[in-house]
Amino acid sequence: MSAPARPFAAIGRSTLDAFAGVGHAAVLLFDSLYYAAAGWRVGQPVRLAAIARQMREIGVDALPIVTLLGFTVGLMLGIQFVASLSEFGAQSQVVVAVAKSVTREFGALITAILVAGRSGSALAARIGSMSVSQEVDALAVIGIAPVRFLVAPALIAMLVMLPALTVFADAVAILGAALYSAPALDVTPAAYLLQSMSLLDPGDVWQGVSKSVVFALLITLIGVSTGFSVSGGAEGVGRATTRAVVLSICWIIVVDMVFSYFLNR
Amino acid sequence: MTVNAPPPLIEVEKLEAWYGRRRVLHGIDFSVGAGEIRVIMGGSGSGKSTLLRHLLGLQRPASGSVRLFGIDLGKASARELLDVRKRIGVSFQGGALLTSMTVGDNVALPLRELTTLDESTIRIMSRIKLEVVNLGGFQDLMPSQLSGGMVKRAALARAIVMDPRLLFFDEPSAGLDPVVSAELDELILRLRDALRMTIVVVTHELESAFKIADTITVLDQGEVLLTGSVADVRASGIERIQDLLNRRPREVLVDADAYLRRLTEEEA
Repeated sequence: MSAPARPFAAIGRSTLDAFAGVGHAAVLLFDSLYYAAAGWRVGQPVRLAAIARQMREIGVDALPIVTLLGFTVGLMLGIQFVASLSEFGAQSQVVVAVAKSVTREFGALITAILVAGRSGSALAARIGSMSVSQEVDALAVIGIAPVRFLVAPALIAMLVMLPALTVFADAVAILGAALYSAPALDVTPAAYLLQSMSLLDPGDVWQGVSKSVVFALLITLIGVSTGFSVSGGAEGVGRATTRAVVLSICWIIVVDMVFSYFLNR
Repeated sequence: MTVNAPPPLIEVEKLEAWYGRRRVLHGIDFSVGAGEIRVIMGGSGSGKSTLLRHLLGLQRPASGSVRLFGIDLGKASARELLDVRKRIGVSFQGGALLTSMTVGDNVALPLRELTTLDESTIRIMSRIKLEVVNLGGFQDLMPSQLSGGMVKRAALARAIVMDPRLLFFDEPSAGLDPVVSAELDELILRLRDALRMTIVVVTHELESAFKIADTITVLDQGEVLLTGSVADVRASGIERIQDLLNRRPREVLVDADAYLRRLTEEEA
């Protein structure tokens, strides 16, 4: 191939790889949904115990770090809004600004990024190392569909736990903001929280939760498809893990922007 | 008068496989009858592993067919493939035990996932299979706590837990010392005699192959050179087989220009 043509060939290859990746992720999604809905009819049921184990790993085990980050983000937003709105004499708007930005945007975003780093990478590493050591092949020849055994429980657990963590992060972040902002606004934290509750409508919370459902799909599908495509031993697993986290976070931010645009027009 | 012979358990016809533009299996033909120990032997790059992946239904043939129990794996539905897989067992080269589970849970996995047996029966059955491979009492250990030979035996216990009719071994002796390797050979013979399994062993270990094989299929560069008894293989006049038996290195002439050209084409 001539030297000038090589960059175009590289672009072409990357484009084809990207399409193949999206196709692979779509197949994994449909297979997972099929096994979840009808697996028991073909002798491939998705076990509740496996889903519960994944829910604990993705959700319950993440509670301490979600609490810490949610609280810190809420505190930070409180500090920023009190400072910037004071410049315009609009401190009274701090409560509504914090409540809506947390529930619509930051709760879902911070939680998704955290879960991508924690559970998305773990999924990619686990499936990647299983692929390298022929454990995935072993499952297949035993007669256990790898997607049913490895992907479907993780997907269902992620779809339940990420929205739940998002709502939890919303609450903790508003609490964090209340602890800083209430004295600055000369109200009690309880009054701050009550006012936040009265200013929020279900649509605000729903906006964050609906985003988190899409983020859950992205994190799981990127994690598992990257894991299944691992080659090259331990080094390949390491590369796949990093790739899964970077891709997940990039897609989360892009999709978040698209959602925000359409939901707030 | 003709006697109706039982149909072969494995029938491979004109099997071809390609990796990109490189053909790795060149129209393989052979069959394996019930109760036989068949060794598929060949050096590195002969196509053994690719052939095994086709026999296990992990790869679909580019052309030709692979039939297990009369079912064409290339055309089988998911249900048919599951039925075939319930009747086969596989012991992988590295064991392929699930590292997140104990040895006992690994062995019990096929029973838990593919049957409706109650838990106490599953536990008893998996312990019996661990006893068969001399790993009784090791059920609570994790795979990382076992030696290489023990991992292979635990993988074998998992492979036979569903009492398969057909058992595959991928390089059973690889990485084992001669004593453990000989023990594993004895175990394979015992399984055939006691449980009347049909066994296919893919290996490049000559000593092991000659000890356990009823029939040997010799592969080289994706082609079957010979299928016959141990005596047939030893007496073969085919030069490439004699090279393999006598561990004679083959003179390899590499055309650097052709190699680079192929690499560049594959990249493009």
